[in-house]
Amino acid sequence: MNIKILGSGCANCVNLEKAAKQAVADLGIEATFEKVTDYADIASYGIMRTPGLVVDDQVVLSGRVPTTAQVKELLAPLAG
Amino acid sequence: MSSTTHPETRRHSILRWGGLLLAAAIWWALYLVNEPFWNWLIGGVFGLDLTSRLGSGVQFFFLDTVKIVLLLAGIIFIVTVLRSFMSVERTRALLGGKREGIGNVLAAGLGVVTPFCSCSAVPAFIGFVASGIPLGVTMSFLIASPLVNEVAIALLLGLFGIGPTLMYVAAGLVIAILAGYTIGRLKLERWVEPFVFETRLRGQVIDSTAGLTWDDRIQMGVEEVGSILRKIWPYLLIGIGLGAAIHGWAPEDFFATYAGADNPFAVLIAVAIGVPLYSNAAGILPLIDALYAKGMPMGTLLAFMMATVALSLPEMILLRRVLKPRLIAVFVSVTAIGIVAVGYLFNAIL
Repeated sequence: MNIKILGSGCANCVNLEKAAKQAVADLGIEATFEKVTDYADIASYGIMRTPGLVVDDQVVLSGRVPTTAQVKELLAPLAG
Repeated sequence: MSSTTHPETRRHSILRWGGLLLAAAIWWALYLVNEPFWNWLIGGVFGLDLTSRLGSGVQFFFLDTVKIVLLLAGIIFIVTVLRSFMSVERTRALLGGKREGIGNVLAAGLGVVTPFCSCSAVPAFIGFVASGIPLGVTMSFLIASPLVNEVAIALLLGLFGIGPTLMYVAAGLVIAILAGYTIGRLKLERWVEPFVFETRLRGQVIDSTAGLTWDDRIQMGVEEVGSILRKIWPYLLIGIGLGAAIHGWAPEDFFATYAGADNPFAVLIAVAIGVPLYSNAAGILPLIDALYAKGMPMGTLLAFMMATVALSLPEMILLRRVLKPRLIAVFVSVTAIGIVAVGYLFNAIL
């Protein structure tokens, strides 16, 4: 699984990355992490509020920092 | 819904709304005892004369700090919960296909109610323009959003009452509409970085606030109160400290003499100082409260606050990613001219 964190390095993006990494570890998924900080790239995903979470090129969340439990709920069905 | 889960969810909703009601009651009680408490503590226990310089300065500091924090917490919570029903995605959909003019009016209004932080100004700008929303309409949104913000509304309401608050909101909307419309009429698309128009939007757009439960919305409200208070407390303390100093020590007619309604340059100077200054409404309003008490006119003060919150150096640096310097210069000038005009207008009619 490829996970992208979209955002220009604000506190929210750091928190989202933490939650996502924790969720991946908890679920025992194999995942690669990538940071997308370029505004044109971020916008091309259709995201207008950072941070954004993209899993295998699908936007699954934007505009807020979820809890680790919420990320797990999002990732679990996609891990299969 | 099965019979076993029903009492559970009912108990849950009683807990949720009961908890909110209790929080509101505690808030109201704190708000009511704020002034008597500090008068009693500073005047009674510490024996300071509340009409003396030191006494009134100290009283202003503590009274205003608690009052402002309470107001902020209350309004930010309510606004965040209400705004959780709106999103930038929905705003963009509403603006799609609107003509200039009506589009500017709608964009300014939506700028006030859409949850938005200036840190997202650049992706939102790209998202709007790349999806075909006119530049001027997009600018109306980007000007209104910081200009008419919940922190300013909360504080104006608490410190000056409903009249100046409504004036402020109306003025902010008019400035955002006219400034955006002007930028649109000037046809400045060539001063937008070309990659913005070349950006292809792919993937389905997800609504960042869709499918939230009341629990989510309430939790978002609580978190937002915490995160805004954490962000603004240094501005708040500096603002209230300066306000307290002015309150206690500035000569009674100092500002009225040098920056009163009869000084034709007062508004211009206030805006010129406010534009590069980076603060937010929480840092500016305690200062405005104190200056108003010292006889400075409301129009000058509101213009100063608008210039400070609507335009700032960090925001311009951020927008430089998508706008060429000339367009940033036009954006700043048009908005600043609008603010100056509003300042003089209010000074003249009030």
